Amino acid sequence: MTKVIEIQGIGKKYPGVVANDNVNIDIEGGSIHAIIGENGAGKSTLMKILFGLVKPDSGSIRVRGEELNLKSPQDAIAQGIGMVHQHFMLADNASVLENVILGSEPTGALGKIKYGDARTKLVEISKRYGLELDPDQLVASLGVGERQRVEIAKVLFRGAQILILDEPTAVLVPQEVDELFTNLKGLTANGLTIIFISHKLDEVLEIADGITVMRRGTTVANLLPRETTKKELAEYMIGGALPEPNPGETTRGIDKVLRVEKVNFTDPDGRKVINNLSLEMFSGEIVGLAGVEGNGQSELIELIMGLVKADSGELEIVGLNAHDVTTREIRDAGVGYIPQDRHRDGLLLGATLWENRVLGHQGTEPMAQGLWVNKSAAQSDSERIVTEFDVRTPSINVAAHALSGGNQQKFIVGREMAGSPKVIIAAQPTRGVDVGAQAIIWNRLIEARKAGAAVLLISADLDEIFKLSDRIAVIFRGEITNYLDPKSATPETLGMAMTGEKIA
Amino acid sequence: MTQKKWFWGLMAPLASIVFSVAITSIILLIKGASPFGTFQVLWQFGSQGSNLVTEINQTVAYYLAGVAAAIGFKMLLFNIGIDGQYRLAVFFSAVVGAQIHLPPVLHVLVIMVTAVVVGALWASIAGYLKVKRNISEVISNIMLNTIASGIITFLLQPTRLGYNLKNSNNSQTPPIDKSGWLPSFNIAGSHLYSYIFVAILVGVLYWVLLNKSVFGFNLRATGMSFRAARASGINAPRMIFITMAISGGVAGLTGVGEMLGNTHDYSLSFPTGYALTGLALALIGRSSPIGIALAAFFWSFLEGAAPALDLYGVPTEIVIVMQAIIIISTVVSYELVKRINQLQQQKLVGQAAVEVKEEVK
Repeated sequence: MTKVIEIQGIGKKYPGVVANDNVNIDIEGGSIHAIIGENGAGKSTLMKILFGLVKPDSGSIRVRGEELNLKSPQDAIAQGIGMVHQHFMLADNASVLENVILGSEPTGALGKIKYGDARTKLVEISKRYGLELDPDQLVASLGVGERQRVEIAKVLFRGAQILILDEPTAVLVPQEVDELFTNLKGLTANGLTIIFISHKLDEVLEIADGITVMRRGTTVANLLPRETTKKELAEYMIGGALPEPNPGETTRGIDKVLRVEKVNFTDPDGRKVINNLSLEMFSGEIVGLAGVEGNGQSELIELIMGLVKADSGELEIVGLNAHDVTTREIRDAGVGYIPQDRHRDGLLLGATLWENRVLGHQGTEPMAQGLWVNKSAAQSDSERIVTEFDVRTPSINVAAHALSGGNQQKFIVGREMAGSPKVIIAAQPTRGVDVGAQAIIWNRLIEARKAGAAVLLISADLDEIFKLSDRIAVIFRGEITNYLDPKSATPETLGMAMTGEKIA
Repeated sequence: MTQKKWFWGLMAPLASIVFSVAITSIILLIKGASPFGTFQVLWQFGSQGSNLVTEINQTVAYYLAGVAAAIGFKMLLFNIGIDGQYRLAVFFSAVVGAQIHLPPVLHVLVIMVTAVVVGALWASIAGYLKVKRNISEVISNIMLNTIASGIITFLLQPTRLGYNLKNSNNSQTPPIDKSGWLPSFNIAGSHLYSYIFVAILVGVLYWVLLNKSVFGFNLRATGMSFRAARASGINAPRMIFITMAISGGVAGLTGVGEMLGNTHDYSLSFPTGYALTGLALALIGRSSPIGIALAAFFWSFLEGAAPALDLYGVPTEIVIVMQAIIIISTVVSYELVKRINQLQQQKLVGQAAVEVKEEVK
């Protein structure tokens, strides 16, 4: 096979930060090439360069032997490069056909849209690649997997020969992942080339024909899936042996700090997302909550934190009835909360780090002193977090938005673990942080557990769940369907449980 | 770095004044007038003792409107209802002030409290609609301004709460007893209202509450990120409601100085337009209590000096042109300064990250 894309020596610097440095990748035509790496490894910068959103400082990209010089995404599309973003950009109230042609409508005389031509073309694309799209269906009525296929159709409609898929499986349930993979194989069988960005190693090993690993902005290895292992990939990704947290024997106590009993919750769209859910947590244990994204994890967290109220059922946290108290009271009673979306829920991006230290703790000492904010306490404790959690920042007086995502996350974790909380709700606590910081955060969670805290660990990283949890609770369609013992369960049984199968 | 921050904070407004003077000069030159002469006339007339006193009294009113707007800004609220809030507040406090008879200090206090309460209540209608019905406070406030005008016109009829002076068709509220007046200082033949101390107090309270108190922290946090505030345990919708009410309360104080110090009643001669001026001043003063004060004084100075231009043969509207250019160029220069700061911070953070990396090596 011939090389369709040759990336040589690509480099890109942002003020003070090297985002890409000497990136080299060769991709063969008609193949699925995976690019893996931790968040912040430079994958997205590289993709932006490939798609014409960012201009590289150095290096060259050759497509089918020709030097590529992109000024904008329009250039990239003209060169047959298409991108399917992780977050869909579809108009809900328009049909599949309308969404597909939006922005590149085939027009006739007087700018009249040629719907007939467009429809023929879409139907043909859909048939050839097995996308199974109905041009007239309203996008609002489509599921996540179908929406993704609409996005793919959009790109194909514009004549893409090279598809970049940015973490396409992040939003899919396992069956949908299988369907997607079938579709992708159909695309490559027809000669298209796919660049598949991911950090899920199992999937990459399953689907890819070639794998490139990135770390700290540069490509560290080009591998073939049949010649490598998950462990090897992981070690390339993190640049060393995987840290092994050592939780030791369980320290589970007898105080019931969280009791969720037959709780139901319907979201504003009328979907019943929490379904008769029951869950208990005791002091001194880490409960791993495993589940495919979108099975009620976020809503359960919001219910526990008192951010939304249940339709029915009982929810008691640190002795408070969550129905009757505010989030403030729950937090003040000693509940730490590491939200999964740090930018939207965890930080005041425009405020300084020390002000962010106060956030969530402004109801109790030492951050508050009566009616007043205790600035010196906030500053000195921020300094402590910066040191203990290795937050890379010139000072605690810079605004939070100036920090990289991983450093923001470290700061949030440090803040939420301050003041020895009784319960810690940790949603994706190590998402986007480097391996060193991951080890720090893991050890801190284990220490907190030893000190008697109950930790609810919600994570998409099953390794993390296995390594830290005393018990694993599996959530499926708003219900806890299984409890597994991480010592005896295998990833396979957990995977089955996550798709709704009952494991004895 | 803090010094730099100060430097840039001052540079932005200064640059926009220079820019505005330059543009205005060009316009004057096109009109065939001497820019230098024009600014000289403005300066000479504006800085005359008695004019200066009038300007300071006006500064006080503008300042309060500016602080009211700034409180809203902290919550990303655009309180364009300051007009309605302030006029209803002066009107009702004048009515109450005329009805009651109390010892001096108490009388004044009751009038001021009435103004604050009326302003806050009126603003909280917009706050309620925003929080409960998700209606933009801009739309509801514009409507509320009109409704306030209607209410005042209706109630100011001689058969209702107002009356007409002999030989006059100008409706007004009955006069307030002397016990409900605020003393003035006689300076250069003009009266400087002692209400200026109220404005200073409001400025100090604004700064202290916003920057030092937990309440102020909650307010700013909600303004910066509704979701992060909510996740941190702040009742964010309630915070929005309260902020709107406080903004309205301060707006309620805007016209009270003129009434307590000078007119001692409410009539239709109380001006409109404080909302837009207040918003502009909060913008130029960057919502800082000192900044708003400087901007308010500058504004009043220009307006106080403008009448002299007629005598000099230059249209007084040139002052409005100047003000408009200042507003626009301040917005631009603040944005520039903000971006420069952001870049510098990111650089620093980047350097810190690199340094750490090298240490590790």
